[in-house]
Amino acid sequence: MISYSLAPHRRNLLWSAFLIHRLSGLCLALFLPLHFWVLSRALHDPAALEGFLKWTDLWYVKLGEYLLVFLLGAHFFGGLRLMAFEALPWSNRQKTFAALAFALSFISATLFLFSAVQYG
Amino acid sequence: MNTITVQVSRGSEKHSEFQTFEVPEQENQTVLDLVTYIQEYIDPTLSYRFACRVGMCGSCGMMVNGEPRWTCRTHVKKVLGSSKTIEVGPLKNLPVIKDLVVDMDTFFDKWIAVGGVHHPSKNRHQSIEKISELSAERMSANEAVECINCGVCYASCDVVSANSDYFGPAALNRAWSLVNDVKTKNKDSILEAVSGNAGCHNCHSQQNCSNYCPNELNPSASIASLKRTVFASKINNLFGNSK
Ligand code: SF4
Ligand code: SF4
Ligand code: FES
Repeated sequence: MISYSLAPHRRNLLWSAFLIHRLSGLCLALFLPLHFWVLSRALHDPAALEGFLKWTDLWYVKLGEYLLVFLLGAHFFGGLRLMAFEALPWSNRQKTFAALAFALSFISATLFLFSAVQYG
Repeated sequence: MNTITVQVSRGSEKHSEFQTFEVPEQENQTVLDLVTYIQEYIDPTLSYRFACRVGMCGSCGMMVNGEPRWTCRTHVKKVLGSSKTIEVGPLKNLPVIKDLVVDMDTFFDKWIAVGGVHHPSKNRHQSIEKISELSAERMSANEAVECINCGVCYASCDVVSANSDYFGPAALNRAWSLVNDVKTKNKDSILEAVSGNAGCHNCHSQQNCSNYCPNELNPSASIASLKRTVFASKINNLFGNSK
């Protein structure tokens, strides 16, 4: 039998776009409280914040950040695509728009990584 | 003679299993031909549905190798892999009555729930409303009116699988054609129905429905258009500048 996750009707670019949008949204929802909590250290415990910022210099943390920026981009550009889908007249280029959203998030994340590596 | 191995789902909603049949291969053959051969020559107790055999009636929908299809117009060659095996099952997302026959009641109840019953704007003594083929409204419903109620899109929709209340692509596609029909009275009641909990806002725009519709209709576009129209009408009602 064909397994659930590989069901043929899900081998469809727009289905993947849906999945990426949903997963990136969930990850960002989990990440944001943590993000604000870390920022709040600037007021409550600046030394701890300093220590944390040092930790973010590690290469694998940078990679994690790369992933985060990618997720943010995917959710942002994917969200724009969906808003256009629902608010503008129908276009037959839905797959192109989804691919474009993916490419833009990839480019933004890569630019972020380059600047992070270059400027620390 | 070469044969094709056909695995057919047998049983009811409670219990079903695949039974294997060998069917002689023909030069030209549809999936419905395979099922018909089995029923006529191997096992007359096999239950399935069809009527027109030419893609008009919409009664022969089945899952073929896990994908919903109209079987009378699905050529075996199109779906037969190198293994020479085809798996045929009842349409997804609908309760199975027996073997390949599903209960379409919920499917059609949803057509009624979206306001799909004709709400005439004229009575029998008035002359019939003329519809210009070139009017913007008619043009935007051109595709939607061609639906043959086969349920293929309904079986392909993951949102229907996750939320059995969701009206699904076919009923909403119907609603879109009615919203554009000058013969429909009280279009607001349709917009009201399609914007409820079971309505168009459940759609995740994955477009499986449009990928699988055998008539190449685009229910996903109809649903997006409904969302837009509902939004515009809410804004209109809020600021009271309509009618
Ligand atoms: S586009 Fe909407 S209605 Fe069509 S299959 Fe996807 S979720 Fe279902
Ligand atoms: S929209 Fe297409 S797939 Fe859905 S019921 Fe109508 S004809 Fe069948
Ligand atoms: S038998 Fe009528 S559409 Fe297939």
